[in-house]
Amino acid sequence: MSELVRPWQRKDLLGLEDLRVEEIRLILDTAETMKEILQRPIRKVPILRGKTVVNLFFEPSTRTSASFELAAKRLSADTLNLSAKTSSVQKGETLLDTVKNLEAMKLDVLIMRSPSSGAPHFLAKRLAAGVINAGDGSHEHPTQGLLDLLTLRERFSNMAGIRVLIVGDVAHSRVARSGIWGLTKLGARVSVCGPPTLLPLEVERLGVQVYTDLDKALRETQVVYVLRLQMERQARNLIPSLREYARLFGINRERLKRAKRDVIIMHPGPINRGIELDPDVADGPWSVILEQVTNGVAVRMAVLYLLCGGEAVSA
Amino acid sequence: MPERFLLTGGRVIDPESGRDGEADLLIQGNRIIKVGNIRKTLVKSAQIVKAKGLLIAPGLVDMHTHLREPGREDEETIQSGSRAAARGGFTAVCCMPNTEPPLDDQAKIRLIYERGTPYARVFPIGAVSKGREGQELTEVGDLFRAGAVALSDDGSPVANAELMRRALEYTRLFGLPVVDHCEEPTLFADGVMNEGFVSTRLGLRGIPNASEEVLVSRDLHLAALTGGRLHLAHLSAGGSVSLLRDAKRQGLPVTGEVTPHHLTLTDEALLSFDTNAKVNPPLRAQGDLEALRAGLADDTIDVIATDHAPHSVVEKEAEFDLAPFGMVGLETALGLVLTELVHPGRLGLIPALRAMSLNPCRILKLPFGRLMEGGPADLVCIDLNKTWLVNPDQFASKSRNTPFAGRRLKGKAVHTLVDGSFALRDSRLDGS
Amino acid sequence: MPSDEKAQVMDARTLDRVLSRIAHEILEHSKGCPDLALIGIRTRGAYLAERLAKKIRGVESLALPVGVLDITLYRDDLSSVAHQPVVKPTQLPFDVQGKIIVLVDDVLFTGRTVRAAIDAILDFGRPRAIQLAVLVDRGHRELPIRADYVGKVVPTTQGEEVRVRLSETDGMDQVSIEDLKSK
Repeated sequence: MSELVRPWQRKDLLGLEDLRVEEIRLILDTAETMKEILQRPIRKVPILRGKTVVNLFFEPSTRTSASFELAAKRLSADTLNLSAKTSSVQKGETLLDTVKNLEAMKLDVLIMRSPSSGAPHFLAKRLAAGVINAGDGSHEHPTQGLLDLLTLRERFSNMAGIRVLIVGDVAHSRVARSGIWGLTKLGARVSVCGPPTLLPLEVERLGVQVYTDLDKALRETQVVYVLRLQMERQARNLIPSLREYARLFGINRERLKRAKRDVIIMHPGPINRGIELDPDVADGPWSVILEQVTNGVAVRMAVLYLLCGGEAVSA
Repeated sequence: MPERFLLTGGRVIDPESGRDGEADLLIQGNRIIKVGNIRKTLVKSAQIVKAKGLLIAPGLVDMHTHLREPGREDEETIQSGSRAAARGGFTAVCCMPNTEPPLDDQAKIRLIYERGTPYARVFPIGAVSKGREGQELTEVGDLFRAGAVALSDDGSPVANAELMRRALEYTRLFGLPVVDHCEEPTLFADGVMNEGFVSTRLGLRGIPNASEEVLVSRDLHLAALTGGRLHLAHLSAGGSVSLLRDAKRQGLPVTGEVTPHHLTLTDEALLSFDTNAKVNPPLRAQGDLEALRAGLADDTIDVIATDHAPHSVVEKEAEFDLAPFGMVGLETALGLVLTELVHPGRLGLIPALRAMSLNPCRILKLPFGRLMEGGPADLVCIDLNKTWLVNPDQFASKSRNTPFAGRRLKGKAVHTLVDGSFALRDSRLDGS
Repeated sequence: MPSDEKAQVMDARTLDRVLSRIAHEILEHSKGCPDLALIGIRTRGAYLAERLAKKIRGVESLALPVGVLDITLYRDDLSSVAHQPVVKPTQLPFDVQGKIIVLVDDVLFTGRTVRAAIDAILDFGRPRAIQLAVLVDRGHRELPIRADYVGKVVPTTQGEEVRVRLSETDGMDQVSIEDLKSK
């Protein structure tokens, strides 16, 4: 039976908050096809030949920018990496100047990561090219959210009612926010757990249950999503010490005894081993962390493909 | 022979005396000669200005404006700010001292007066502390003698409680109010918007209501302790209104102020990351907005002031985190108050006008804000029903940073008279 | 019957006979070669390939490997993505190396789909040869592509469309000419 799906119509992918369920499903279904390409002897298709994809990263990241670069190359696009170690203003060039330079390059897709929430939206409004948000401040990281959903969908074919627990610095986590949007839209039951200082105000209004007691939260959950402790973004006095955090909120073998036997562990990477996650759990049988990475390339291929083709309408 | 104007057939309102009715108004030189039924034939050589369908009220007075002169003349000057004021129906503005260098000595206070223009009166507010550094008291006597109408470190709070206490005590010598920008610096930290559900959604660092309420509470205690005249600038949090209400009930001579944007917008205006809505204090939640409106309606809050804060396009068109705080307001204030409060019946016309003219003048002891025979001819003629679209490209201000671009408003100043001369006539700024 | 159908080219029985003939032709041509494999182009080409394989099994008890090819990612016009179903995976459960591949599609028109299919297959390995079997050849080639096995040649104009319906996808077997629906 041929299923004609409404084609992708957005110029940009800035977050999961505004996506409809069928848009999320379209990306995930397309990503599954992309996974097949990654199994072939020649891991490349010509569909984006002649398209220019630019990585603009204002925050250090090897894994995400490498994942996007690989995804673009697998689709035969030309790639370019522009990274700035410091904020554009410190360099003397404003974001607006950067926009003008980018326009002149005639690129097709811009992938942007910034420490400022809303920076990709700023670019998306001003560029004809499609903009993919690779992480903006503490706001969203949509491709991470999507690859996590793909990973879960492979484990649980029906996401409805699946109990997912997000542990850690939710307040500063764009991964948590995108995750919450994506999971709740697909019908999962999401909880968050962390010290009160790291849970944002009114977070329950996002449709999640809130715990501060990790052991209680672990009892019923099927998936534990461990957040990286954001040391670079943290201000003082949000936690007294790493040691105390690890003791109260770290996921280790001992703690997992209180969880269900077939619980699965996820983490967006990179892991602070021994702090939020113990190495033997990260490398153990519960972990699907490596699957997340593989799915990352496939999801990013899907997003690049959908953004470049179709009747894109400006956001 | 001084110039004479006869304004005929307008609805003349004076919030102080309670006058509200159709009357003619004769102006000679810089005084109002007569208000009442004036037969044109009896008045020789007066220019007749038909004011039928217009409201004639005392010129508006903004006690909280930022003119960026000296230091950032690219953003605003005393002249451009005065022109913006006239366009908005203001005959007088009080400019805050956070210029570069700050207005912290008599020479700089005098400079402001020297650079005044016929478009609007400009009264400088002097700094509380030298350099606005929050450490040492300025030479208040000198500032007063040079013409400062109040003291403030606005832009910043007076964070040091001991300094705030001494400022409130010392200014009693001169009857000067101390205007505090209530913000607890460590709670404010690196916040960029109200802390609430919207900041949670946007992943932007939040500024809790407590940041303002803590300082409001502190200042009220200090006002009670010292007997000084405290004025709370641009209140934004519901809790601040409650604290002020209680203080007034106890008879404290403290006053408070709110901006048109805090009466009109909530933090949801930031969902599109519009930097023009990034202000300090931030736009807060619906509950706070309603508490502010209620505070105005029951006279807890005395003044509507704009906190007009011009910023260059280059600085505002940036990542949300990096953009400076502030929006312009002189040219939209009256329109917003009429459209959002008066027309829908949330605030009476006379209380609104009182909050924008008489009350600021009472607090600052300025001889304006009143319309009476023999009084100064500082007037605004308002067309209550004129609809217009906010177009920043038409602003007289040098800056364009407003979140209200494209908004349809109902009610506008059509004429503004300062010292008996038209600064704004038929919605056009007088060229001379 | 849809109102814009102009002529029926094949009914169910004709379609079945045509497929039988093609199956025989393939066997005849290949002289019973053991390196034969069928690859159907999604969506209807894949079902036709399955039917051909079944017929061949019936005639010579030969179980030919059958694969499914999705050529969406090899097309030369990205804008067509908007009107396509979701891109599906390609499934080739055999090694193409050294094989004689018979590509199967429902309608041969400009030849661009077949060109994309050839590119896709070559990314999987080096077949000995690629041949093409189509149910209908409607003319108007834009590339130098020709079919080795043709069910029926159906001349058409640019304003017409050859509509193939198969019971697996459309509930009935039929080939008809219709006017191109204006979008």
